Amino acid sequence: MSSTALPAAVPMQAERDDALLRATRRRRVMSKIVAHGALILGVLIVAFPIWMTLVGSTHDAATIGRGDVPLLPGSHAIENYATAWNEGGGKSRTTPAALMLWNSLLMALLIAVGKITISILSAYAVVFFRFPLRMAAFWAIFITLMLPVEVRIIPTFQVIVDLSLGNTWAGLIIPLIASATATLLFRQFFLTIPDEFVEAAKIDGAGPLRFLKDVVLPLSLTNIAAMFVILFIYGWNQYLWPLLIINDRSMETIVVGLSKMIGSGDSQNEWNTIMATAVLALLPPVLVVALMQRWFVRGLTETEK
Amino acid sequence: MQKKVIFKGKLLPLALLAPQLAVTFIFFFWPAGQAIYQSLLREDAFGFSREFVGLENFHEVLTDPSWVNAALNSLVFSGFVAGLALGLALFLAVQADKSIRGATAYRSLLIWPYAVAPAVAAVLWLFLFQPNVGMLGRWLNAMGIAWDYRLNGGQAMTLVIIAAAWKQLAYNFIFFLAGLQSIPASVLEAAAIDGARPARRFWTIIFPLLSPTTFFLLVVNLTYAFFDTFGIIHSLTNGGPAKATETLIYKVYVDGVQNLNLGSSSAQSVILMILVIGLTAIQFRAVEKKVHY
Repeated sequence: MSSTALPAAVPMQAERDDALLRATRRRRVMSKIVAHGALILGVLIVAFPIWMTLVGSTHDAATIGRGDVPLLPGSHAIENYATAWNEGGGKSRTTPAALMLWNSLLMALLIAVGKITISILSAYAVVFFRFPLRMAAFWAIFITLMLPVEVRIIPTFQVIVDLSLGNTWAGLIIPLIASATATLLFRQFFLTIPDEFVEAAKIDGAGPLRFLKDVVLPLSLTNIAAMFVILFIYGWNQYLWPLLIINDRSMETIVVGLSKMIGSGDSQNEWNTIMATAVLALLPPVLVVALMQRWFVRGLTETEK
Repeated sequence: MQKKVIFKGKLLPLALLAPQLAVTFIFFFWPAGQAIYQSLLREDAFGFSREFVGLENFHEVLTDPSWVNAALNSLVFSGFVAGLALGLALFLAVQADKSIRGATAYRSLLIWPYAVAPAVAAVLWLFLFQPNVGMLGRWLNAMGIAWDYRLNGGQAMTLVIIAAAWKQLAYNFIFFLAGLQSIPASVLEAAAIDGARPARRFWTIIFPLLSPTTFFLLVVNLTYAFFDTFGIIHSLTNGGPAKATETLIYKVYVDGVQNLNLGSSSAQSVILMILVIGLTAIQFRAVEKKVHY
């Protein structure tokens, strides 16, 4: 009797396991479908404004002015970009995008390089030397974290006026190049450099500047790359400070220039050339993030520690 | 933390520190001191006369209905921006953390809006929601909703919130994903073996373990919404209509640069500095917690 009952029970158990396995597998597949669906939707939401801007930059002003912006690109791309590049976008055609892009590039590079340079120098001094007021100097730098340019905007502007640095590159860049975050990051990294390296350098008769150039800088390259991506974007995207400091049209940066083209958001605007300028304004920092993604993510998560 | 082996010398380190300290003193401490000093003075717009008025400027600012309005706008704005950007980013990060095909491609496609300037983000969204030209603005009007953010304060606020949250999404996503990836797989497997379903695993294990990241991001998002969104508001609405989108930082700009009311503007700056110092202090405590757990 038992010999007939057992073979029947075993398939039943196996069947149940099988059903359970199938349910789990189905749940997993469902979970993956949900994930893909949500992520595709997320990507679409993120990309939609950019896509419509790209589309807007390829139609003529009349099509957009009528309010019939199609979902697909049109045939006026070359002339729109040429106009924006050579003459400027919008109705008033103030500053050509080529010049504004150059100004933005200069500003972003000078801010990024300046911040990295003075941060490395000061972090190096704080880590590898002992001198009076060392910690006071460190705290003085550290506390600037709490004074973003937005909250001290009017008095800082007055300082610039007193030093007659308005409308100059120095006035635009120097107030923005002190960086507590970069100094903290480099200090943190320098502390991890083994003492033996310093001892070896001393035995070899290398001085502190030689050690900085031949040992510390090569070791810091990935950190410098990570900082560069973050700071380049920071510099490129500056808005309030250039808006206050620069009145000279020939020094206009593209982010501020673009915003000025819109005016009050009038429908009679030349939206096609404005959208072409917008694409030009967002392309360089987006390319930097896309091409240096590894350093970007690293720089972002490291600096916040 | 200190190094044991160091270089000798007193002048060289001071020379190395000089550029950073010079910039810090001239462009940070001097203006901050000026702001505090001016916040205690009353000055006419041309700088001909000034008198010491103590805390009167602060009293005036804090009881000024338009400052209270700006403070409330800032709260609504930053609350919604932080809520929206954090919620969506967490949801997307959880999806991207699953072992699915193309996870890295999704990640790359989601993080690049970080690079878009706030003012440019404003232009992109304006082009969508402009009532006569913008695709979504026209669609809303066709649906019978009288959409014009230039006339309707609530709609203007909605638009600046969308643009600001859109830009911040990428940043939050990167941090949430990094946080999720640092949760040990063994913990989640143990829960799965014990029969915990995905939703339960999320709320009882993942979410509590992520809370240091979430808290840190909340502070960063509030700071962003308070201080870094000037470009969005200035490009999209100019604080209007009828000051419906005027935030605290925007009001400092309007009172100081346009109305040339230095005493009031400085007092507002000092209040904002206190706010930043508070937020930064909270942020550092959060980071310490993150390191210790």
